[in-house]
Amino acid sequence: MRLRQYLRGLLVVLAGGLWVSACQKPPVSDPRPRELHVAAAADLRYALEVMRVQFEAVHPGVQLKLSYGSSGQFFAQIRNGAPFDLYFSADVDYPQRLIAEGLAVDTSFFLYAVGQLVVWVPNDSPLKLERWEELAGPNVRRLAIANPQHAPYGRAAIAALQALGLYERVRDRFVFGENVAQTAQFVASGAAEAGIIALSLALAPEMQARGRYRLLPHEHYPPIAQGAVILLPAAQRPEAWAFWRFVQTVEGRQVLASFGFLSPDAVGLWTGWPQG
Amino acid sequence: MDWMAAGVTLRLAAWTTGVLLVIGLPLAYWLATTRFPGRGVIEALVTLPLVLPPTVVGFYLLVATGPEGLLGRFLSLMGVDRLAFTFPGIVLGSVVFNLPFAVRPFTAAFESVDRRLVEAAWCLGVPRWRTFWKVVLPLSWPGILTGIVLSFAHSLGEFGVVLMVGGNIPGVTRTLSIAIYDEVQALNYAAADRMALALVGFALAVLSLTYLLQRKVVRR
Repeated sequence: MRLRQYLRGLLVVLAGGLWVSACQKPPVSDPRPRELHVAAAADLRYALEVMRVQFEAVHPGVQLKLSYGSSGQFFAQIRNGAPFDLYFSADVDYPQRLIAEGLAVDTSFFLYAVGQLVVWVPNDSPLKLERWEELAGPNVRRLAIANPQHAPYGRAAIAALQALGLYERVRDRFVFGENVAQTAQFVASGAAEAGIIALSLALAPEMQARGRYRLLPHEHYPPIAQGAVILLPAAQRPEAWAFWRFVQTVEGRQVLASFGFLSPDAVGLWTGWPQG
Repeated sequence: MDWMAAGVTLRLAAWTTGVLLVIGLPLAYWLATTRFPGRGVIEALVTLPLVLPPTVVGFYLLVATGPEGLLGRFLSLMGVDRLAFTFPGIVLGSVVFNLPFAVRPFTAAFESVDRRLVEAAWCLGVPRWRTFWKVVLPLSWPGILTGIVLSFAHSLGEFGVVLMVGGNIPGVTRTLSIAIYDEVQALNYAAADRMALALVGFALAVLSLTYLLQRKVVRR
């Protein structure tokens, strides 16, 4: 009967598919020791891409697998056992807590950069960035910020708006990006009229082509000091330490600086804020 | 085009469909033939993922497979470290979420089989398993095909559960739908466009092929 042949053929194809996909897995003796899985705060999206290319050129055979998201989401995922090797947070609190919980190597903690906040508007926006009050004006129906629940840049944005005395007037206009890169995408696509994002994203060519920005004065928000750690599963992996060192070399620091990150020593520039 | 993500996506869809065939066919046959009074509840449970947000399914899976969850404890007894953020983890999520897409068409197909033919076979002394294989399965073939194709196509595009249970790990749990989400955040619209188009094209092709095949089979 033809139908039975159809069915049998289908089963064979499916079984074959499963078998092939099962065979695709590398044998146990050859795990992928040369892959490094990095969980990175979304403000690093463009800068880390540049560093990846440079690092892989010097370390052939090591592959950096980058995942971007909000620092808080990665913190939660890592606590739930997500298999990352390094974690670049947009604050110092999350990595410190991972160390306290025994999930990260305590000697690996280092400050890699200090982030900066900008207000960003699309090219065709009538908004005048010289006057912060315009954020509370009629031209801004939606103001994009990162979700302060789990994104450090969202918390900094709220602190800045409070310092400017605008928070109460704009709070019902907030649209929350899941992380600061999605926040940038909200404004870049025109879905929101203005956004508070990381300078490192505003300096990316993709964003520069689409709009303009103004740096928020440092005295308006606590320093966005950003820390990184090597996670426990990678504690003994030389590649992890190699990348850890690379970020701290002159080369690595230059890349970060070119994306508007301040050097970690710049925390001292923030006057009036408790440091640490 | 992120070929690694395309590979993960296809593997996920193949595994999901395979697992659903293995557990879905018996479950559907039981649902179609049982006189068990609680059948409605079981059917509702099977259909539940259709109406629940993926975040609910994803959340429960995270909790259940976590170190404190029941499933998680059982798995660690079996020597499995964890399911969250692994490929088997997203297969499990995808299977649960696609359950109605396979089981409902399977059940409908089995129900449409003329009961008299089955009983005639039994009266002629054909064993139950052979009756199922020789009579029921061939007669319910179009519905089974529908279930297979629907769950395959639907798991190609699964997003919420995979993101929650799998995170976004390149080569492990980053499927095409998540790669698209990622590229949009990177303002890389061209790449997102290519992958979206590939998904639309593939889904359309699979569905068209099914309808063509089905028509042929039904006309027979």
